[in-house]
This record gives sequence, C-alpha cells and structure tokens, in this order.
Amino acid sequence: MPAPMDSAFGPTPAAAAAPRPSRARRQPPRGMASHLFLCLRSRVAGRLLLVAAAAVGWAGVAMAQGQGPAQGLPGATAVPASPAPFSPAVDPGMADRVIACTACHGREGRATQQGYFPRIAGKPAGYLYHQLLHFRDGRRSYPQMSYLLEHMTDGYLREIAGYFAALELPYAPPPPPQAAPPALERGRRLVHEGDAARGIPACVQCHGAAMTGVQPAIPALVGLPRDYLNSQIGAWQTGQRRSHAPDCMARVARQLTAEDVSAVSAWLAAQPVPGTGKPAAQAPGPLPMPCGGVEASARGDAP
Amino acid sequence: MNAAPAPTPTTTTARSRGPKRWALAALAVAVLLVACASAVAWLNRWGEAPLPEGDGPPSAPPAARSVARGEYLARAGNCMACHTEAGGAPFAGGRGIETPFGTVYSTNLTPDPDTGLGRWSAGAFWRALHHGRSRDGRLLYPAFPYPSYTHVTREDADAIYDYLRSLPPVRQPARPHALEFPYGTQTALAVWRAMFFRPGGLAPEADRPAEWNRGRYLVQGLGHCAACHAPRNALGATRDAAGLRGGLIPVQNWYAPALDTVHEAGVADWPVEEVVALLRDGVAPRGTVTGPMAEVVFRSTQYLDDADLRAIAAYLRALPGGEPQGRRPTPPQPPKAAMEQGAALYARHCAQCHGDDGRGRPGAFPPLAGNRAVLLDTPVNVVRTILQGGYPPVTAGHPRPHGMPPFTQVISDDEVAAVATYVRNAWGNRAPGVATMDVYRARERRGR
Repeated sequence: MPAPMDSAFGPTPAAAAAPRPSRARRQPPRGMASHLFLCLRSRVAGRLLLVAAAAVGWAGVAMAQGQGPAQGLPGATAVPASPAPFSPAVDPGMADRVIACTACHGREGRATQQGYFPRIAGKPAGYLYHQLLHFRDGRRSYPQMSYLLEHMTDGYLREIAGYFAALELPYAPPPPPQAAPPALERGRRLVHEGDAARGIPACVQCHGAAMTGVQPAIPALVGLPRDYLNSQIGAWQTGQRRSHAPDCMARVARQLTAEDVSAVSAWLAAQPVPGTGKPAAQAPGPLPMPCGGVEASARGDAP
Repeated sequence: MNAAPAPTPTTTTARSRGPKRWALAALAVAVLLVACASAVAWLNRWGEAPLPEGDGPPSAPPAARSVARGEYLARAGNCMACHTEAGGAPFAGGRGIETPFGTVYSTNLTPDPDTGLGRWSAGAFWRALHHGRSRDGRLLYPAFPYPSYTHVTREDADAIYDYLRSLPPVRQPARPHALEFPYGTQTALAVWRAMFFRPGGLAPEADRPAEWNRGRYLVQGLGHCAACHAPRNALGATRDAAGLRGGLIPVQNWYAPALDTVHEAGVADWPVEEVVALLRDGVAPRGTVTGPMAEVVFRSTQYLDDADLRAIAAYLRALPGGEPQGRRPTPPQPPKAAMEQGAALYARHCAQCHGDDGRGRPGAFPPLAGNRAVLLDTPVNVVRTILQGGYPPVTAGHPRPHGMPPFTQVISDDEVAAVATYVRNAWGNRAPGVATMDVYRARERRGR
C-alpha cells in the first residue's frame, strides 16, 4: 500500500530548481568534523586495499575449488565443489551502499561476540546470499532485516553478499566462558564428536575442523555471540528459521535438548577464531546428511 | 399476614397505557429497521445484474495478446503485492492485510478450480472488481480496493482475467480472515457498502486532454492511489478519494503525504520527466521513494510504459498544488536542550552520510535540509525512517541504491525524539518538535 517518503532537495521550490551545490559546499567540513572526514577517507582507502587483496585471495580459493575433486561416498552426500558464481571484483562504492548493515553488524560488518548480532565480514558468499534471500522471502524472521531487503533483486543481494564475503578483517578475542566447566565440556564433546546414539553429527563434520565454515555455503560457528547461537538453534527447532529442503540444520537442531543447545552455544562463543578465520575450501569429508542450502549454493541458484 | 396493597388508580392507568406505547414504539423501530434493511439490500444490488445460469470459464485458452495486456494491467493494479505471500507462489494469496478491524487474508488468483479462480467466468471477475462481490455472491472486504477498481473498464478487467487464467494453477486454500465482531459479518459489510460504496466508472472529461484522462483512469482506477493517499474515516472508508489529500495508512502507520500540495508530495512544480523518473526508478532529482511507496514502485510503476507514466504525471501535476486547507501556523522553536541533544546525536550517527549541513550527498544520501518528508506536520514518517532505516526499491533505472541503517537497536526513544526534533529544526527547517511519546506510538504502530 503506497505512501512515498519523499526527499526534496532545497528548502523551497525556487532553491530546488537552482543548480547543483557549488564547489564550496562540496568541500570537506571544517574543524573536528574535518578530522573525522579525513579519517574516514583514509579508512576507506585502507579498506579498499583490504577488499582488493581479499578479492584476489577469494578468487584464488574459488579457482582452486573449481579444480578440486568432487568427493562422494555411497550413502553420503557429496560436498559440492563448484562455488556459486560470485563476482570477485568488488565495487569500491559498495562500502557506502551497505552502510545500512553496519548499525547492527558493526563497522565493516565485523560485529564482535559481545552483543547479539552476528559478524558478516568474511562469511562464505553463498551462505550470506542465501540468508539475504531467506530474510527477504520469509524463511528467516527478523523484521528489521526483512524490511531492508523487501524490495531488492537477487542480483543486488548477490552483490552485497559478495562484498561482505570478500572482507578480510581481524577477529576480536572471545569473551570469557559463560557457563560452568561441565556444561562447556558437554558442548565441546557435541561439537567435536556429536552423539551417534541420538543421530547428532559432530558440528565439525560440516562446519570444518577449525569451525570457520566451508566455502561456499556453510558458515563459521566461532566468532559469534552466545545469544545469537542460542536463538538460531532455537529458531531451527521451532521452524522460525528455515533453509532449502532438505533442511539439515532443522533436523540436527531438533535432536538437541535445551541443555545441549546452551552447552554448545556457550562453548562455541568462548573459542578464539583460529588464524585469519577464513572459511575452509572444502569440508573434511562427505556431509553426514543432505543439505538443501549447500546444494542450492552449488547450483548457484535461488530457490 | 399482610395482603398486597391494592394498586392505586394512577398506577392502573400507567400500566394500561404502557404496553400500548411500547407496542407503538416497537412497531416504529421494526418499520425503520425493515426500511433500513431494504435500503441496504437495494443499495448493495445497485446497477448489478446476477450472473447467468451455468456461468463458468470459457473452454478456449486465452489469446496471447490479451494475456500480455493483462499482465501489464495487473502490474498497473499491483495485484501481486497483496495476492502473494513473502516467498510464496505468485498470485496464490495468503498475505495478511492488517486493518483496524482485524486481518484480511488475500485470496488465490491462480486458476486452480478448488482454491483459486479456476471456476470463475470473465463476468464474475468483472463483478468482483466493479461491484465488490465474489463469485458465490458474498460481499468482499474493501481491503480489496474495489472502491478504486470499480473504475476499471470491462475490457481491462477481461484482459487481467485472461492473464490470471494463463498462470500455473496453485492449490492453496484461502486463510480465513481474522476480523473482530461485527466486522466479519456480511451484514456489517452490507451496511458499510450502503454508506460508502457506489459502483463507478469514469466518463472522460471532454474539455481535458486525452493524456490527463488516461492519467486520471490510472490514478483513480487500477493504481488505487487513494487507498493510501486519501484520508479515511472511523469506519475505514476513504473520504474524497479524488482529492488525494494525504492520509495515515491504518495499522501500517505510515503517513501517505498529500498529492495536492507542494508542501507534501505534490508535483505541480516538478517537470514531467522528474515525476516519470520517480515512478519508474524510485529516485528523482527532488525525491526518493521509501516506506510503503517503495513497494508500489518495485512491483508496479517501474513496469509502466512511458506514455502511461507521462499520463499519470500529467494528472498529478494538474492537481491543485498550493497551500492545503487549514495550514498550521509556524510552529514554535523547540527547547534549546532538545536541540543540543539532537545536534550531538546527529553529529555522531547521521552527519557521516547526511552531512553537517544537512545537504546529504547527491546520488547517495538524501538531503534533510528543506526535505519535504522531514518537514511533514506529522513526524511519523521521519521517526519510522530513523527507527527502521530502509532502502529505496531496486529498479532497472536505479539498480544499486544506498540505504539507511535502522537505529531502533542503537538509540533510545528519547534520543530518536531529540534527533528528529533537531533535523526538523536545523538548517532553516521548521516543523513541530517530536516527543518521546510520538516515537513510542510510531514504534508500536499505534497511530496518533
């Protein structure tokens, strides 16, 4: 239902019709503001270098993956080896275009483990792209996200995902553990070993031995706030968060008890991010169950 | 052993007269009710012929040309926006439309015989648009904007019908509406219609150019602009639909600015090309669409051809553009403390994009100085924008827009009020200050 949010230039119709702002108006503001402005400028330049470097690196990974052997065992799901066709060339103007994301996800998309919001910088491009589609199309539920993405095309969402995926920025150290040692041990065991008796695979089987995710569609589990992890597993249990069918995470999450969930979240949130935190090129072995999101990403398509 | 006292003569008289009076009164009420009911029934059948016996869809598939025309017209009417759930099959319905009377769920327009329009004839479809009556005779809720669609021509209705019939059928039963009593009843609907709805049609005005007439048809008919841009009364009916005097969209709680004054969203002083650009691209030199209008551009107007966009521009530019009636006097300068708090917040959260001077950055971030949307009497849009942020629609003409972050998690209601007061009164701007309660109302979508 329509209602324009109109933004008129110039205080009066006459001023609106006047020519573009003069050069004097375009000059950087003075005083403290000018310092801020220059800082921003140099930060932007630094960021661009990082982005360019990350883009080259990402392209390398992508090419390596393209050449990698497809894995597959009978009865198991192969890890798709071909990445979604994301353009590694990142437009320098993108940082300004996605400034809307930074109020929650932190400057440059690197929210820390202190708050609620997840970091998005450096996540696998296919994963980010599918989450954007999920929010837009109602498979994930967070009103602020859905509102921002409501009138975006697949193409622009793919570009936004590619931009954040290509950022390579350091991680902050984790906060102190927020659970008692027995709970942490229970979490560690579930993450590393799973529980075969209850049909729970180890997290590391899909999310990588270092838990930094796997290209192009599986996200990292480290570097995230405990509250975020708790709420995501909970959302999978209730069906509020969904992925493409077959929804492997929903299946896993529904095997977990409330104690399991808080143990896993507390342990994961207390882990430092190893190395650069970059996602692995491929999973350590075949996926323990079919995952629609991973398959969709391999096809490079939208649902 | 007291016997009951004998009634006095006075009481006897009152008792014998009372029943007579009551009977007369009851009779008068009954007559009045019957008269009202007849009037309501008669008004609900105004100009309407029943569907013929054995009415149903034609056996032949629709002609390709009519399907193509219908697709274009369905875009102009933005049918899909309401008749598609987020992530759902196109036109299969299921989207909830919140109204002050409850939630109305859109219906399935795909040609599925059991849950969609599969058994509908072109005549039944036309009757729904023109008279607001479903195939089975039930009255339809005016959340389906038939007070506007009633102006759609039979020819256009038939083309849209052909297009919908060409879609893949999707089996998706309608969700029952969740309306409060008595709004969910057919009787309430019949009374509402008797009071506020007459089937229409727009005869061209001979002394106006054809382009203006075409624009009026699109704006008042398929475009159903009045659904948001006209004020509504307490029963949800638009008042003076042709006036487009602006209105608060119920429940959504965005203000759709008036199109008949240059102080709000009127375009009387805009070049035609800029109006066309705004509707086609979502951005023009003097304005950007966000909020609910973003959906209109994204799903509807960006697909209109140049001639139709120019016709809409011609019609909108010819609306009166001057001072609205009862324009407010200049509001007082807000308190210094609020302005100082607002200025500090602005420097911290806003100036990076909108500039210390409120001029924004052309092509990326809109100016706030002199921005009509910032200066509207009601602060609801500026508050909602600060709380929710937003992106203009992604269109072919504006494929990579810049967006604004939502600040709802970042600053408190007090702070939103201060910064909104500041941007409405800095750099020569002057508009009523914003109170914390205004922010609370906007955030909770409680209207004013």
